[in-house]
Amino acid sequence: MVITQERQKVTAKDFKSSQKSTWCPGCGDFGIQSALQTALINSGIAPWQVLLVSGIGCGSKLPDYINANGYMTLHGRGTTIACGAHLANPKLVTISIGGDGDSLGMGLGHAVHNMRRNMDIVQIIENNEVYGLTKGQYSPTSKRGFRTTTSPEGAIEFAVNPLAIGLAAGATFIGRGFSGDPKFTADIIQQALEHKGYALVEVLQTCPSYNKLQSTDWYKEYSYKVLEENANYNCQDPLQAFELALKDDGRYPMGILYKNDNRPTYIEQVPAYKESQTPIIERPLKIEAEFFANLKKSYI
Amino acid sequence: MTQKKRISIKIAGAQGQGAGSGGQGLSKVLKRAGYHVFGVFDFMSLIKGGHSFYQISFSNEELHANTEKFHILLCFDPQNTEETVGDIETLNEGGLFFVDDSIALKPEITVALEKVGAKLCPIPMIKLGFEIGGNRIMGNTVGLGAIVGTLGIPFDFLDQVVQQNFAKKSKEIAASNSAVAQAGYDYGLKNFGDSFKFEMPSPDKEKTAEKMLINGNEAIAFGSYAGGCRFVSAYPMTPGTSVFEWFTKNNAKLGVVTKHTEDEIAAICMAIGAGQVGARAMTSTSGGGFCLMVEALGLAGMTEVPVVIVNAQRGGPSTGLPTRTEQSDLLFAINASHGEFPRIVLTPGTIEQCYEAGYRAHNLAAKYQTPVIILTDLLLSEEIRDTDPNFYQLPQIDLGKMVSVAELDAMEEPYLRYKFTEDGVSPRALYGHPKSVYAPSTDEHDETGHITEDATNRNKMMEKRMQKHESCINDIKAPEFFGSDNADLTLIVWGSTYGATREAIEIFNADEKNKEKINLLHYSEVWPFPLEATKSALKKVKLSVCLEQNYTAQFARLLRSEADYNVDHKINKYDGRQITPEEIIREVKKIFAQSLVSSAK
Ligand SMILES: Cc1ncc(C[n+]2csc(CCOP(=O)(O)OP(=O)(O)O)c2C)c(N)n1
Ligand code: SF4
Ligand SMILES: [Mg+2]
Repeated sequence: MVITQERQKVTAKDFKSSQKSTWCPGCGDFGIQSALQTALINSGIAPWQVLLVSGIGCGSKLPDYINANGYMTLHGRGTTIACGAHLANPKLVTISIGGDGDSLGMGLGHAVHNMRRNMDIVQIIENNEVYGLTKGQYSPTSKRGFRTTTSPEGAIEFAVNPLAIGLAAGATFIGRGFSGDPKFTADIIQQALEHKGYALVEVLQTCPSYNKLQSTDWYKEYSYKVLEENANYNCQDPLQAFELALKDDGRYPMGILYKNDNRPTYIEQVPAYKESQTPIIERPLKIEAEFFANLKKSYI
Repeated sequence: MTQKKRISIKIAGAQGQGAGSGGQGLSKVLKRAGYHVFGVFDFMSLIKGGHSFYQISFSNEELHANTEKFHILLCFDPQNTEETVGDIETLNEGGLFFVDDSIALKPEITVALEKVGAKLCPIPMIKLGFEIGGNRIMGNTVGLGAIVGTLGIPFDFLDQVVQQNFAKKSKEIAASNSAVAQAGYDYGLKNFGDSFKFEMPSPDKEKTAEKMLINGNEAIAFGSYAGGCRFVSAYPMTPGTSVFEWFTKNNAKLGVVTKHTEDEIAAICMAIGAGQVGARAMTSTSGGGFCLMVEALGLAGMTEVPVVIVNAQRGGPSTGLPTRTEQSDLLFAINASHGEFPRIVLTPGTIEQCYEAGYRAHNLAAKYQTPVIILTDLLLSEEIRDTDPNFYQLPQIDLGKMVSVAELDAMEEPYLRYKFTEDGVSPRALYGHPKSVYAPSTDEHDETGHITEDATNRNKMMEKRMQKHESCINDIKAPEFFGSDNADLTLIVWGSTYGATREAIEIFNADEKNKEKINLLHYSEVWPFPLEATKSALKKVKLSVCLEQNYTAQFARLLRSEADYNVDHKINKYDGRQITPEEIIREVKKIFAQSLVSSAK
């Protein structure tokens, strides 16, 4: 995001919520929350400068457990609400956050459009490859064969590939982290925050209750950090990024997979913000009498 | 009361031939020439072809609806024989039928003209359009010129409008259109000036020249803007689109953020996101789009976000009659979305009420921190009428209970976004201040906004939100009578049917023997239901007839459920065409006849 607010000195204490988390013990969402918090602290963004908009699901409860501006909304619609908030008050550092079902099932259409618009927000997808809050049905990212109550013989669909979709849709930043590695993930989120334009951050997430196989150890085995494996990886090159996104070797590449700094953001091109960057909510509502009279005149 | 003098003109053509723009232009000419006008476009859900028409009435008195019969028909598409015959049948005896002289007319058309007693007025529209203007479409201007010439209205009024309409293009285009208009004018005046036998109403420029010709959707948009609306997100759907387009056309100049979204769910969600951070936001759509918005309507209700939704109704269900009018979303608007929460539903019936509804919706949404629906319909969104510019004033802007930055600075106790209060409205602080950090949830929440399922809190929160429903009843406008206070029969109407009903009353009561016999009671705001005002109004009603453009008599049902009142008669129309004053009069006469029979028994 283009962050226009003055950076603050903030610590973990500032983000400490009065609420007790209701996540299951060992849930990957704890790691994601800690990564997000670290990223905000390291970027110098205070609780009152950020806006965390979520949908509905286990992961979407995150704004309840962190002391920061938030808005917990509807299943699948968080990103659009985040975009509305961003366009009305671009000063707020707007982050949309939600589960894989939320963001890639219901919300997939919205996500694709906001990527191609290059909306200047960060979207974090907490991807546990399952519907947690509704007690364990398969999700758009579940692997083929994944057995759940709604796929008792095993899911027969191919999983959504968020990285490939993001690239195809025109996201200008694509990163992937892992809930079991909050430090690494925090770094990706921080870079997403500093990216001008739409930043997609998928975080692989463990769900010990409904996706038992994909434990922390499992992910350690089946994921790798792109730069560790290929020091020459150029995240500015869409072809390399596509290759990585489509490479199907059963392992998850992690890190910053794609970054494009050459596209204008949506808000930069919005007529109402061309002359003035003052958020529309801070502009006086008063209409000049002459302007008003001229509007009327156009109908005479 | 005497019968007002009116002249009615119909301009018909295949879609895309310019009947709509021609009608609007002619309305402006007539208004400037000193007549009160009423115009509305009747069109089909297609872009080229088909058959559509623009209807204009003009008079020396204010008009609120078109009637069924016409004095002049300008036809661009006589090839559409069946439709043209239908249009000719709406001509009065002695009416004039203007058509291009180079198009061969089918015998059916001449037969129809003879049957009606209308006169064929061939004009070289295409020829003059080509010769003087250089293209066929300029033939339209020839046709319009011929009408103005035939009516004997000074050419200058037509010329001004032509110049103004084409000024944006180029001087040359404006000049050649002007020459074409002049040729049509001269032709009409010379050849048919004497054929027009109807008495013209006397013009009064003082009264109308400076009036505004604005349609219902433009008035809603204008009123919303005046009322502080600075964020509009929408997805195109007839007839809601033009509210949105009013903003998009000028968004830089107006300082309004507009967003054409991927669908209506995103449209309302973006507006709610903007509303949540403090913008006065709205969206506009029609029934199908409103259906998609319903879940988010509950989000706004639950998290107490001000947002305005325009639902310009059209014929339903489903895609229904996309370009036809209907009033069948009333109970849906009042009840849409699961669960219970307060909402406000405004049902303007006139263009002035559309303007008022625009700013009132934003004020009420802010004051009660809840969604407000403006429910109109295709007719109202398209109709134009000359209205007084002095009526359109900058309104007071009500921001509702806001906590200022200074108040936050000085605040010692923690800020509670959903603080319990007597009227149910919690003071609202915006995000962006260290002391107003909050994260409300669509889950049931406590005063801070945090999720809780506690039963006691649930009761209190539910009661707090619903208290707003009670609190805002006093802000809802009472229904208003038009006509005598002491009528034998009262037509109960809401929304756009005000116009035709008012016109019906004026025509009916102008008959000496019907003096003050019928009146109307109109609701321009319906929810929360204005119960006390209804009770006192109904005391004055002798015989009630609820008139609405839907099948299931939704307003009559509302009167029964809310006011425990059963209407005596119902008039329901659901063919997608706006009800005419004549239709209303026919129905009223039947009802009078029926009640005579029953009282005789
Ligand atoms: C419109 C709608 N449909 C269904 C639901 C029920 N629902 C709640 S959460 C959820 C899925 C959650 O899965 P995900 O988004 O992956 O989040 P997780 O719980 O796994 O974090 C569903 C289907 C809902 N809240 N709203
Ligand atoms: S169900 Fe899974 S995702 Fe939800 S809280 Fe429990 S572990 Fe976390
Ligand atoms: Mg999930």
